[in-house]
Amino acid sequence: MTATELAESAHDEHAHHSHGEFIAHHFDSAEQQYDSGKLGIWLFLVTEILFFSGLFCAYTLYRSHHPEIFVQASTFLDKRLGGLNTIVLLFSSLTMALAVRSAQLVERKKVIVYLVLTMVCAAVFLGIKAVEYSHKWDEGIFVRAYFNLHEHVGHGISKYLILISVPFLVLLVGSVIAAFTYRSLGKQHLFVFFISLAIMFGGYFLGAVGGKVYMNWKTARDAQLAAASIDHSASTTDEHSSAESHDAATPTTKHVAASDAAVVPKANEDADHGPAHLDQDIGIFFSIYYCMTGLHAFHVIGGMIALSWLLYRSILGHWRADYYGPVDFVGLYWHLVDLIWIFLFPLLYLIN
Amino acid sequence: MAHQTSGHGNSATGHVTPIRLLVTIFVILVGLTILTVVANDWPLGHYDLWVALVIALVKATLVALFFMHMYWDKGFNVFAFLSSFVFATLFIGFTLMDTRHYQDSIREFPKSGRPDVIFPGAPTQQK
Amino acid sequence: MTTIANRQELFGHTPDKNYYTASKGFLSWALTLDHKRIGIMYLIGVSAAFFLAGIFALVLRTELLTGTGVFLSEKQYNQMFTLHGAIMVFAFIIPSIPAALGNFVLPMMLGAKDVAFPRLNLCSFYLWVFGTLFLLIAMLTSGLDTGWTFYAPYSIRTSTAVTYATMGAFILGFSSIFTGLNFLVTVNTMRPPGMGWFQLPLFIWALYATAIIQILATPVLGITLLLLIAERTLHIAIFDPALGGDPVLFQHFFWFYSHPAVYIMILPGMGVISELISVHSRKEIFGYKFIAFSSVAIAFLGFLVWGHHMFTSGQSVVMNMVFSAITFTVAVPSAVKVFNWLGTLYKGSIALTTPMCYALAFILLFGVGGLTGLFLSTISVDRHLHDTYFIVAHFHFVMVGGTLTALLGGLFHWWPKITGRMYNETLGRLSAFLVFSGFNLTFLPQFVMGSRGMMRRYARYDPEFKVFHQWSTFGAFVLGFGVLLAYAVLLYAMKRGKPVAGNPWGAASLEWQSSSPPSFHNFDHKVVMNEPYDFSTQVYDAELDSYVHRRFLEPSKPTTQPQHS
Repeated sequence: MTATELAESAHDEHAHHSHGEFIAHHFDSAEQQYDSGKLGIWLFLVTEILFFSGLFCAYTLYRSHHPEIFVQASTFLDKRLGGLNTIVLLFSSLTMALAVRSAQLVERKKVIVYLVLTMVCAAVFLGIKAVEYSHKWDEGIFVRAYFNLHEHVGHGISKYLILISVPFLVLLVGSVIAAFTYRSLGKQHLFVFFISLAIMFGGYFLGAVGGKVYMNWKTARDAQLAAASIDHSASTTDEHSSAESHDAATPTTKHVAASDAAVVPKANEDADHGPAHLDQDIGIFFSIYYCMTGLHAFHVIGGMIALSWLLYRSILGHWRADYYGPVDFVGLYWHLVDLIWIFLFPLLYLIN
Repeated sequence: MAHQTSGHGNSATGHVTPIRLLVTIFVILVGLTILTVVANDWPLGHYDLWVALVIALVKATLVALFFMHMYWDKGFNVFAFLSSFVFATLFIGFTLMDTRHYQDSIREFPKSGRPDVIFPGAPTQQK
Repeated sequence: MTTIANRQELFGHTPDKNYYTASKGFLSWALTLDHKRIGIMYLIGVSAAFFLAGIFALVLRTELLTGTGVFLSEKQYNQMFTLHGAIMVFAFIIPSIPAALGNFVLPMMLGAKDVAFPRLNLCSFYLWVFGTLFLLIAMLTSGLDTGWTFYAPYSIRTSTAVTYATMGAFILGFSSIFTGLNFLVTVNTMRPPGMGWFQLPLFIWALYATAIIQILATPVLGITLLLLIAERTLHIAIFDPALGGDPVLFQHFFWFYSHPAVYIMILPGMGVISELISVHSRKEIFGYKFIAFSSVAIAFLGFLVWGHHMFTSGQSVVMNMVFSAITFTVAVPSAVKVFNWLGTLYKGSIALTTPMCYALAFILLFGVGGLTGLFLSTISVDRHLHDTYFIVAHFHFVMVGGTLTALLGGLFHWWPKITGRMYNETLGRLSAFLVFSGFNLTFLPQFVMGSRGMMRRYARYDPEFKVFHQWSTFGAFVLGFGVLLAYAVLLYAMKRGKPVAGNPWGAASLEWQSSSPPSFHNFDHKVVMNEPYDFSTQVYDAELDSYVHRRFLEPSKPTTQPQHS
């Protein structure tokens, strides 16, 4: 190799790099950059799955050793709300996949619409989750050590729900203010960005209000049913039924009685662990429930942040046919969040 | 080094999924969700968990294959992703293999340590 | 034939134009995306952590001089060994070779400009900083006395700063995950055309296997520590038997990570040794594929043996036997490596340079550490030796005798590349001798007292163990002095050492094809592919006083065909 050859090769390296504006300097080509990012995100998903695997392990352990607790505890979870949330997440997965497709085809407006739809779904999911959490907290359903089941307290809107909603309200108002400030400053792209964020945070309230309305309807219906059962037991002089009707108002007894009849005697047989013990140990189920769904909710929030970043770049029109990697990668992450929920839903809500 | 890709013009780097396929998958997923909720009320006995898990597995597979483009992805990426399930199974499987062996010791652990005793501030148990 | 000026610029000693002089100022380092600078920052960071935890070790050894205590209370002793272990493991050993040396060397070995994700790389470094800060906060507030393993339920009850320390370990875990992810992607996608999997230097194979473990095992540590924090703050009762939780589950969770983590610590060291042995005996590595695949085999077997830490925790006999049997199999790939290193040395032209001295020390010490591991994997023997000084000696032989000597050997080997200057060979060898002899003085007596029943983590002991403890303490100070000397030699070389050109060892892997120190882009020319251990391609260039790939000297002659299949 001669001096000129060496110099040429060094020169070549730069000449042949018709680097696109978003191709990092250390990559040779758009394809190499895309492949690296893709493998990177798949490996990240691998770490996520192993991260969650610890919780699935704890879940399986307690379910295999204390099946009766799981049966009893799942009656506190509303499978309609859980199922609705599943469909919300599935729909957000669909819109995310459509956003990736639009980014590939460089359809700027469609990408924005699909991303906003995805973000709204994420927020609706959190809104419904907030209703579920706050309803349980009102009944004293906390993690194991603080598990203190009692009758549903508070009428109207729960203080816990308000507490969770306040940050979202602040963010909603903040984004609306930011949006109109930027519009008056003539920064159209920031206006679009913040108004989209406001729509996203609005999605939270859509979910929360919808969930709350459903919960109120369900509580009213349960009360009706309980009243009907009192009428029914009054007519039959069954000792067990009258005991039930006596405490019909307390959810504990109601649910224990409602669950598989075989479970209750089994728990009572154990001299050391009376019914009180069983109630306390339900707390372990809810420890696991809060860990799993809480960690999942954190991932949803993380996804919302990542989606907001994507949205900003989409508004600036950054995507090219050979550069849409970020949309694809965040999309993969978002589908994984969906994927984990697909397993959490039957494992936590559907136990018989 | 001077390896140039065809990454210009409208030939995108990855596979573009048809909208019709994506929507079909979504409809199937919603159907399966409804099915799993309904199946929960069927008298399946001990098989209910397995029915629910199989449905979840089918749903997860559909999401991974089509929404996550795994069907068209590179073999190595698919291999990497699937290996995570192998290791998670290994972890959970080995751990659960003998937990039954020491459950009695846990049950015998002095329960005098109720939360209200151990952790001041924890609510005392309601009667 | 290239001109001497040209060769001087591309392969020579370049004190004025390199990654160090490319930009100036604090921010040019703090916000750098250059893998070389990040490697240097890691090196400084892990060395600081190493010295801090090393001081703790010397304090511990001094305390154990008499058997009745010297200056610490029992509680302070508990805190001291916990902090020694936690900082050494999480802040030093795990990131040491991959993040410090690996960051500097790996992209250059691939002829690449950088790792695949430079920003993530910088992020890893700052995660390391924050994680270590959390450990320091734990140390400065109420300390930590659980042992580095954080076993429940004690870690739930103790009033020390377990939450800070676990947060620290959690963050350090993510730093480690991102480094592993970065390296794995880099090796997969950034190999230059013409470099197949079997043209990779063995250090890269080792780092690749390490990355697999980091990605698959470390997340489990993350969730374990997160649950422990939740357990302490919210009492979720997953690990707490007083509330119906399962404390053995914690051990399963913890060792599912921490046993593979042992291989995160030793595999990169093995990779370094493969390089040192081959280069400094100027002989092609013996059994390239065996060494490469044994790294991957160790990584995978490492996932199947965690139960051998739990032989006495109430595990069933069947599980004990399964884990014991699989543990024995780990010895096979480990031994394959040792035999191949010995095969490489055989009839090589061995130069007893400092890196070679460290490599030989590694083989001896790792041999002892590995073989005593077989004693411990035998269930009946482990019943006797569990939680004694025998264990302490065993893992120090692997972690310190293995990883630390490999790190020091690697530093001496790549120091001419990193700084462009040569260290003092005599003092370097002396440091290797002191580290080796001090190490043996410290830990050989611990095998004896362990097998005689001296339990680990005890602050006070019976007089019969006194003589062993005193030898051990004496050895610890010799070891400490040896390490200090090694660092002093390296630091002095950085300032005053003899300037060297790109390839003083005549090594064939690609990182030596750059100038010393390397330029910002690593290579200012097109790298010439060749087999990583084919030293015949390297020709001595008297004008540069360095080796150069013969293609740069003899233009007519084509490069030799690859000799490996």
